[in-house]
Amino acid sequence: MSVKTEITDGKITAYLSGEIDHHNAGPIRNEIDNALEKNHPEELVLDFSEVSFMDSSGIGLVMGRYKLLKELGGRLIIRNAPPAIKKVMKLAGIDLLATIF
Amino acid sequence: MEIENEIRIVFPAKSCNEAMARMTAAVVASQLDPSAAEIIDIKTAVSEAVTNCIVHAYKDDIGKIEMTCRILKGSIFYIKIKDSGCGIQDIKKAMEPLFTTAPDEERAGLGFAVMESFMDSVRVTGGPGKGTCVVMKKRILPRTYRQAGCERNGSDNANERTEQ
Ligand SMILES: Nc1ncnc2c1ncn2[C@@H]1O[C@H](COP(=O)(O)OP(=O)(O)OP(=O)(O)O)[C@@H](O)[C@H]1O
Ligand SMILES: [Mg+2]
Repeated sequence: MSVKTEITDGKITAYLSGEIDHHNAGPIRNEIDNALEKNHPEELVLDFSEVSFMDSSGIGLVMGRYKLLKELGGRLIIRNAPPAIKKVMKLAGIDLLATIF
Repeated sequence: MEIENEIRIVFPAKSCNEAMARMTAAVVASQLDPSAAEIIDIKTAVSEAVTNCIVHAYKDDIGKIEMTCRILKGSIFYIKIKDSGCGIQDIKKAMEPLFTTAPDEERAGLGFAVMESFMDSVRVTGGPGKGTCVVMKKRILPRTYRQAGCERNGSDNANERTEQ
């Protein structure tokens, strides 16, 4: 599991990779939140292209970032989620809160 | 139902064992020659049940989790995940989507909903002071069905398609 953040004007892109479960959701959250607090972006992009597994701990992670961004006045974009990851997100209704590409 | 194979492991409720448990379940299930999608369904459901033992059942200690995987006659994968932790007050309520007793830990309350949607059946027993036992089953479609273009995903019914 790893996360790389890229900051361009008004936008943070977090490239997630590996498996997102309860064991490693914490470090991912800290990394993203550090970047959010420092930069207050208009947009957070979570790129899931390298994510091989995600359970409801990942849902909690995405929902938590959605709420945080709403408070900061930004929006959440979810990008490149593989079919299995999209299936979990749809079950949670994340597609109704965030834009999924 | 006739048991064709059975593997049981006992491990401490540490979060590093979440991946170990779902991988082990996937390895056992692979004896039924499942599709990639079926393997992911099983891994996700197992991850939910094991994580619940770690974050809820043994909130303040590291107890033991027992996981039993079985291959049942008729190409059915069976899995039992059992803890001796605090137990669930009201199982029916706990299984409702979005119900969680840990919202401050960024829990969505969707673990049971994921298990129910990814497996064919989910049965939960136990109670306060008695621990919790989750038994799930999933029928794995024979490869010949899948090759005929009948791969099951989500609620799609394979029988409907073979009749066409
Ligand atoms: N093994 C268990 N022992 C004790 N309580 C449990 C156990 N499994 C589930 N629960 C209770 O049932 C509730 C619902 O579980 P569920 O997995 O659906 O959601 P969650 O774990 O709270 O959130 P999520 O799974 O989305 O991260 C939990 O909040 C907890 O109170
Ligand atoms: Mg859970």
